[in-house]
Amino acid sequence: MDCCGGTTEHEDDCGEVKVKDSIDAKTVEAAKALESENYSAGFSTTIETDFAPKGLSEDTIRYISAAKNEPEWLLEWRLKAYERWLTMEEPSWAMVRYPKIDYQGYYYYAAPKAGAKYASIDDVPKEILETYEKLGIPLREAEVLLGVEGAVETAAEGREKPRVAVDAVFDSVSVATTFRKELQKAGVIFMSISEAVHEYPDLVKKYLGTVVPQSDNFFATLNSAVFSDGTFVYIPKGVRCPMELSTYFRMNAENTGQFERTLIIADEAAYVSYLEGCTAPMRDENQLHAAVVELVALEDAEIKYSTVQNWWPGDEDGKGGIFNFVTKRGDCRGDRSKISWTQVETGSAVTWKYPSCILRGDDSVGEFYSIAVTNGRQQADTGTKMIHLGKRTKSRIISKGISAGKSDNTYRGLVSVNRKAVNARNFTQCDSLLIGDKCGAHTIPYVENRCASAQLEHEATTTKLSEDQLFYARQRGIAEEDAVALLVNGFVRDVLQHLPMEFAVEAQSLLKVSLEGSVG
Amino acid sequence: MRPMLKITDLSAAVGEDSEAKTILNGLSLDVPAGEVHAIMGPNGAGKSTLSYVLTGRSGYEVTGGSATLNGENVLDMDPETRAAKGMFLSFQYPVEIPGVPVMTFVRTAMNAQRKARGEDEISAPDFIKKSRDVAKTLNLDAEMLKRPVNVGFSGGEKKRLEIYQMMMLEPKFLILDETDSGLDIDALKTVADGVNAMRDPSRGMLVITHYQRLLDYIKPDKVHVLAKGRIIKTGEADLALRLEKEGYDGVLGEAA
Ligand SMILES: Nc1ncnc2c1ncn2[C@@H]1O[C@H](COP(=O)(O)OP(=O)(O)OP(=O)(O)O)[C@@H](O)[C@H]1O
Ligand SMILES: [Mg+2]
Repeated sequence: MDCCGGTTEHEDDCGEVKVKDSIDAKTVEAAKALESENYSAGFSTTIETDFAPKGLSEDTIRYISAAKNEPEWLLEWRLKAYERWLTMEEPSWAMVRYPKIDYQGYYYYAAPKAGAKYASIDDVPKEILETYEKLGIPLREAEVLLGVEGAVETAAEGREKPRVAVDAVFDSVSVATTFRKELQKAGVIFMSISEAVHEYPDLVKKYLGTVVPQSDNFFATLNSAVFSDGTFVYIPKGVRCPMELSTYFRMNAENTGQFERTLIIADEAAYVSYLEGCTAPMRDENQLHAAVVELVALEDAEIKYSTVQNWWPGDEDGKGGIFNFVTKRGDCRGDRSKISWTQVETGSAVTWKYPSCILRGDDSVGEFYSIAVTNGRQQADTGTKMIHLGKRTKSRIISKGISAGKSDNTYRGLVSVNRKAVNARNFTQCDSLLIGDKCGAHTIPYVENRCASAQLEHEATTTKLSEDQLFYARQRGIAEEDAVALLVNGFVRDVLQHLPMEFAVEAQSLLKVSLEGSVG
Repeated sequence: MRPMLKITDLSAAVGEDSEAKTILNGLSLDVPAGEVHAIMGPNGAGKSTLSYVLTGRSGYEVTGGSATLNGENVLDMDPETRAAKGMFLSFQYPVEIPGVPVMTFVRTAMNAQRKARGEDEISAPDFIKKSRDVAKTLNLDAEMLKRPVNVGFSGGEKKRLEIYQMMMLEPKFLILDETDSGLDIDALKTVADGVNAMRDPSRGMLVITHYQRLLDYIKPDKVHVLAKGRIIKTGEADLALRLEKEGYDGVLGEAA
């Protein structure tokens, strides 16, 4: 993140916090024992796969584009990005350390052999369906998948839970999208971006790369050159999307990079809530994930984007795991529009991620609610950027970082207020919770304020998981690990409240799993 | 018959090895089921330390002696195991738990205990009904139970919340550490009524207090004086009255 004059920096380090010894000694022991068995999504699926030639070159890009039967303009767009990427350098400012990535060592495109898109769910290879089933993703809901007219509606009415339409991405390609017909009825477009390129080329052309420009940063440019698949959503004027939309990303093939591209457009006065979930199998080598997400909210529109991420974090020695370098940005293009990001980050070996909002429209609102957990040797450098351009724009940042084991957890945030953003307001609260004394928590808020009428508030706290609280809960009969989970849930409560109900429940159990072995 | 709680020659220290400080020094005490025993003693005598050692708080090292509950050695058990066996401590200084509502906390605790004992979880409606009843007995505002545990509670409210938890969890052996301090006159009576309602031939209680007024409501079967890490005197209910009149010096002078 570039930062210029008027920047403030402040850091909290674990070592400065006073702590009782008994808990730490034990914690360190336990953290050492952190075992990979904790990662329940760590299985891989055996399936025949088509790969692009290994490594990155113009040929790779032509291969991808041809495999997807893309129009000429998109190939050109990719090649332009590739040319640009060749001139760029990998950023090094984040507080994460990882071995040099060999970009020629990855496959940039991997697709299940049976063919990229399936005419019906019955054509989706059984191994893939089983994989998603293991992950608990309801792709095989018979009523939807049989594609029987009317079955969707009947089945849907009989249900109490809010429904979620799912687009599932397996390695590089989208394999199934549920609830499509019903969404179409509401005028909602929800499909893989490769399909959208063919079916709605004008929409894609109009918005692709307008929020995250091709040349935005090293990883975004790489993504622009090689993006394989992802999700496209368009909510027409005045439409409130009738259900939660969701994409599940699953990395399966070895040595594969995943470069999905998501584009969500909420037209005037439209509303959509979108959920993103990710998992990957355990592998010794590092897998590369460099996604780009672009959100566009027009006048009076609202987009809620929630992520629960539990990529494989690597083993206890820091071997393997996902490198997660993601560019997520929302553009509040219209007046009174609103974009809120909620994220629960528990996985990845290295996370580098700053979901941001450009508050362009007057009275637009940006929100960022984040829970980032690091354990073992994980490193996370995450935060947000709120760019206030319009008048009376408001932003709110609540970040909860939890560090355990030998991990490092950094919040890095920028609040920038343009000269014209009169009466802009920001509230930032960053809380860090430390479990043990080998971990680190860092808070790095940058502020650029060029407008005298702006009101900016920042609060930061760093606390240790308290032994008194732990004992109090255990005295009441709650086992140690459950007590930790309960305390941590209490710590993150004001963020969890912003997740859709079903996701919040999933997030809670994820928190527990990812902190297993962190005390004891 | 074997007493419910049997403490024999118990010694315990706090602090690191090199600077370990002995707090309990050969303490012996028996509480039979169905009885209420009061413990009185000067500040710093080791009363809270005894309650922590019995419930398994870390930071205390047992250097000698034993403590059994219904014949089982409790000193080797995890705090949560002791809780599941029915040991409950009403804290002298209840702890705040931000972000965790009282109801969530108590329900988690109740189900954890039930699970440990191989019992079924309590259903949500049953739990809510029970909670409502207990809250009513204790004059607790239902809204308070939706707030995070002890956060922003007044001193007296915290103490009442301890008793709420006790009545919800229905423990077998109760240790009340200065539950009366911080309570107003009416609350003292309410809390005492709650405690008395728990008196049962199968339950034992240790009531730590500095004042006779609590014992006016909760009539003890025995009163012990704890000083310098051991029980130095045991008497009937009237011992508390004598202590109040003569002070520790008077009574202890006689004991020495
Ligand atoms: N962690 C500790 N480190 C050092 N000394 C301690 C520690 N914990 C307790 N003590 C000391 O042990 C002694 C007994 O403390 P304890 O809290 O058990 O007293 P008490 O009888 O409950 O007193 P009060 O009536 O004031 O509540 C005190 O002198 C106290 O300072
Ligand atoms: Mg005390």
